[in-house]
Amino acid sequence: MTKILMKGNEAFGAAAIKAGCRYFFGYPITPQNEIPEYMSRELPKVGGCFLQAESEIAAINMVYGAAGAGARVMTSSSSPGIALKQEGISYIAACELPCVIVNVSRGGPGLGGIQPSQSDYFQNTRGGGNGDYRTIVYAPANLQEVVDMTGDAFDVADQYRIPVIISADGMIGQMMEPVEFSERKGRPLSPKNWAVTGTEEKRAPNSINSLYIVHEELEKHNWRLDSKHKAIEKNEVQYETYQLQDAELVVVAYGTTSRVVRSAVMDLRKEGINIGLIRPKTLWPFPYKAFDEISEKVKGILTVEMSTGQMIDDVRIANNGRFPIHFMGSPGGSIPAAEVISERIKSIIRE
Amino acid sequence: MNIVFEKTKGLTDKTFHYCPGCTHGIIHRITMEAIEELGLLGKAVGIAPVGCAVFAYEYFNCDSYEAAHGRAPAVATGIKRVHPDCLVFTYQGDGDLAAIGTGEIVQAAHRGEKITAIFVNNAIYGMTGGQMAPTTLIGQKATTAPYGRDENHAGKPIMMSEMIATIPGAAYIERVAVNTPANIRKAKKAIKKAFEIQREGKGFTMVEVLSTCPTNWGMTPEDALKWLEENMMPYYKLGIYKSSEGSVING
Repeated sequence: MTKILMKGNEAFGAAAIKAGCRYFFGYPITPQNEIPEYMSRELPKVGGCFLQAESEIAAINMVYGAAGAGARVMTSSSSPGIALKQEGISYIAACELPCVIVNVSRGGPGLGGIQPSQSDYFQNTRGGGNGDYRTIVYAPANLQEVVDMTGDAFDVADQYRIPVIISADGMIGQMMEPVEFSERKGRPLSPKNWAVTGTEEKRAPNSINSLYIVHEELEKHNWRLDSKHKAIEKNEVQYETYQLQDAELVVVAYGTTSRVVRSAVMDLRKEGINIGLIRPKTLWPFPYKAFDEISEKVKGILTVEMSTGQMIDDVRIANNGRFPIHFMGSPGGSIPAAEVISERIKSIIRE
Repeated sequence: MNIVFEKTKGLTDKTFHYCPGCTHGIIHRITMEAIEELGLLGKAVGIAPVGCAVFAYEYFNCDSYEAAHGRAPAVATGIKRVHPDCLVFTYQGDGDLAAIGTGEIVQAAHRGEKITAIFVNNAIYGMTGGQMAPTTLIGQKATTAPYGRDENHAGKPIMMSEMIATIPGAAYIERVAVNTPANIRKAKKAIKKAFEIQREGKGFTMVEVLSTCPTNWGMTPEDALKWLEENMMPYYKLGIYKSSEGSVING
């Protein structure tokens, strides 16, 4: 299979179309504009439909409509736009509809900036919408993962009937890397006999609805969603560990920062300083179990994020008080340099 | 024995939850009768709003959706784009369509989205308990306008049919009322016409239905019908605001 040099945002679009996505509804926002631009160019060629909505709110509700109509559908946006979509995401989760949402995040709060940021960890994993719901969150660290995770996201969304968020940032979206579109295995999926398609007067009406006015029914519905979430926590965790076995200190980082941390770890090992890395590939479900692989010799854990510290909450849960936890953040849109991370690691070890 | 009348197959047997004298029941019935008469029940997808008609999906005997407040035209867009052969309609009140959902309804019309909006205007928020709507009349009392709507404070009531009719993508816009048997028949004809135009793929269609809310207006059902005629109809003039044959406004 030949490799193609692609821009991150276009890779999202190409992988989605390859996975059978035929509908895209979105609204322009930097730094993800190449996704809707790509979809507006490519979807008509495969008989699909791209529509530029009047707002992110309308876009996610169009996704809600198309997902319930049985289609493979995607939207993308960036942080403040994702905030606007949260109402719709809550409805989609409540109605158990599959869809894929790409968040090429930027700095916040408010209008923030347009540089790469990881300050949407809470927004992606905890959700800004109301109620007891979850979204699966993938965090690609390179463009091959963008391609692979986007393809899988559609299957996973269909399998569990749940919205899937792909958490990227401006760097992943804007950079170019060689990628390969190999044949995906795909998952066995049930027919969408719940979809709204018109009855043709051949079956009882289907209804897509999240209103449960009788509290016992709402409770039952929520416990059922919860059991689905538990199954996802059991089956869908993805992470990577790097050189944990002899590590004095373990760094936790995902996406863009994990690439820089890996460079720092390699540099330090050349100096004889043994550092390990845990890289969550799914942010929800979070790879709590990866932390069981950390040996008792470790002096501490360092969390590196492009935020003031959001994933660190999950690291604390995973650590459960075993080791001291340190934090290194860059919440203004800059990507920390490997040397700066190395210096910080050295200072922690010297303490 | 000859059957002279049957309930439309377009409605389920579920008992309406509406207050006594509310005209939602009539509007549900004529909407679904129109679909049945067009032979399109198997193609129909109805989208319920947030508001008094929030349970409409339990009454429409066709595929259905429950949308977030005001978002029904966007949801309808998603469905229609996936299934262009379906008859897709939203059923929205004045809070849903003329307040929180103005963006979605205007832009659906702007795109010439081939859907139909049944817009029920009763000049008040019913489900939440009689608060002021964008369509509440000047001087009309509401629980959030206890001294009556003051135009200097809240503006004049919004005229959605007039506004949507100015949008090039709108193919058929008519305002009707359900206060008398004759007007109910006209309302049904308008709804049927809108559905036919949707089927012909000509663009966005909307039928605004002037309706009553005896409970929150604090009137008997009979007085409410009279109030609609004497107060709403002079302001919200009935007629066709947009069609391929031009507009015909009554009054």
